[in-house]
Amino acid sequence: METAMATTGIEARVRHSGRTAIIDLPPLVDAASEAPVSKAYQEAAARDARTVLLNFSGVEYINSTGIAVIVGLLARARTEGRTVATCALSPHYREIFEVTRLADFMTMYDDEAAAVTKVEG
Amino acid sequence: MMIWTRTFRRVLGRDVPVAARQGRRSTSAIATQRTTPAATPIDIGPGDPLLAYFHGTAGPVAIDSIDLDSPALRAMRAAGVKLVVPLISQGELLGLLNLGPRLSDQEYSGDDRRLLERLSTQAAPALRVAQLVREQELEVRSHERVEQELRVAQLIQQQFLPKKLPNLPGWQVAAFYRPAVEVGGDFYDFIELSDGAVGLVCGDVTGHGVPAALVMATTRSILRSDAPRLVSPSKVLERANTLLHGDIPSNMFVTCLFAVLDPRTGHIRYANAGHDVPYVHTADGVTELRARGMPLGLMPGMHYEEKEAVLAPGESILLHSDGLAEAHNAERQMFGFPRLRQLVAEHAGGQKLIDELLTALDRFTPPGWQQEDDITLVTLSRSAGVSDEEVLADFMVESIPGNERQVMDRVAKVVAVMGLAPKRLERLKTAVAEAAMNAIEHGNESQPDRPVAVRVATADGDLIVRITDQGGGLEIPEAETPDIEAKLAGLQKPRGWGLFLIKNMVDDLRVHTDERHHTVELVLHLNGDGDGDDRN
Repeated sequence: METAMATTGIEARVRHSGRTAIIDLPPLVDAASEAPVSKAYQEAAARDARTVLLNFSGVEYINSTGIAVIVGLLARARTEGRTVATCALSPHYREIFEVTRLADFMTMYDDEAAAVTKVEG
Repeated sequence: MMIWTRTFRRVLGRDVPVAARQGRRSTSAIATQRTTPAATPIDIGPGDPLLAYFHGTAGPVAIDSIDLDSPALRAMRAAGVKLVVPLISQGELLGLLNLGPRLSDQEYSGDDRRLLERLSTQAAPALRVAQLVREQELEVRSHERVEQELRVAQLIQQQFLPKKLPNLPGWQVAAFYRPAVEVGGDFYDFIELSDGAVGLVCGDVTGHGVPAALVMATTRSILRSDAPRLVSPSKVLERANTLLHGDIPSNMFVTCLFAVLDPRTGHIRYANAGHDVPYVHTADGVTELRARGMPLGLMPGMHYEEKEAVLAPGESILLHSDGLAEAHNAERQMFGFPRLRQLVAEHAGGQKLIDELLTALDRFTPPGWQQEDDITLVTLSRSAGVSDEEVLADFMVESIPGNERQVMDRVAKVVAVMGLAPKRLERLKTAVAEAAMNAIEHGNESQPDRPVAVRVATADGDLIVRITDQGGGLEIPEAETPDIEAKLAGLQKPRGWGLFLIKNMVDDLRVHTDERHHTVELVLHLNGDGDGDDRN
């Protein structure tokens, strides 16, 4: 039987570009990422970001509880009048965002540069 | 001047409102006492000459000037009616304005009559509009009643269909039921019998709606209560026939196949009360399990032929109702039993057979086809034997949250040699991780000493990943589509995506539960969707 303990990279850095807050999501988007993602969102909200851009370029794994974390963030942002967009999702997770219909509520950009150009206009 | 009217329509070859359908028309007359008026309805019989008289009359008519042998006329006079103004719109007599004597006791003047005539020309169309609105309302209500009845019928039907499929070691069981818009009386059932045998039921009640659903529920209850005691399929049907005959409406009957299967040996005993003949898929083609018997509830004292057969490893049986074989295409040709039989010959059983049959039906019927009758399909396939399953890996992990990724990575490594299309591999990885996470956190409640067992195998052209935990006896919810709008609106919790994701990531999801264990089986049909092709 294998006994390796689970570890999760628990960091969600926030960068700002104009009125856009870019949240660099941790490699594992799962239940353990809830607190750091929530903290990152609060930071974005404190700077009165108009758009929250979720950067998936460093993400290796998303599970159903991670989907719930994104849904929770999106629900909060919508209540507070903020737009949420994503960038750099892998084709597989893009498919998952389509299957779950998250894609109906967030624009999905190929990469950060394209997203910032479009969002900041 | 006080006026009461009760309207009626004189209808010639048109839809008749409820009151007129009853064969009598009624009008109301002014009260005989002027101070406390109360309208007395006056019926005008359909053959009363007064109808024809007013139909050909324009403007107010003094009752005393009419000379007809009419019961309604006498009733009007008795009620104190003095003047009648026919309300006619587009040549149709809609009603009568009945007036009593003037309060001043003087006769109605020429001005009064002209005023009444003008009034009637405006009132008649307005009355017609009001009648049409009322008819519309009645139609809507009647439609709602029908809808309500359909909902009730559906509720009864769904209540009595099996909530889950039986777990028969060495067998793959799959079932499909889809009601027609006007719910028919199809039903199927699995009845647990002694010594591990299982009773298989597939039936169809004549008729539709609530009556059919109630007869279906009764039949099911009779079979459920008698099957464990009688076991012999012919005896079970005999008794069901005796109980149903005289108890159900004379124009209804029930076709029903009842079989008893011993899953260990594949031995099957069966009797048939006029139901569609089951097909058995064998290596040499299709055989039919025929047995003579009249439908249930038609005649008392019926006997049913009982036969037996053996389903060998690799063989499968299809129980079905006529909803599929008797579906029609745009040219009114029937799907037909020969076509169904041919499809059974071409495909082994299981969910795959059901999928193939439904695909064939989709191709056969025109776009937007409205299903004519309930469709029921039940298949049981006997596994070709354990030796046919090639086990690629067997391993266990501790139930520690996060270990699902280990399971995912191990499975990915094991299947790497199989040439799955990259996107199919990614889907499988997500499904495996989700199923393993459920096993760790829900089935084993994250207790490290309860291991999660994983088997990766291939069988019959399928890749199978089995993930087993120790949460036996727990009800596993159906994979429902989460309501993202409700979640985003804060009306539901953000969680609840696991089963939905699994179901969408693999070709088939099977769940087996016994008292101690719970196994989720993830199936990918190999060589599908770009498998073995590196470019995808």
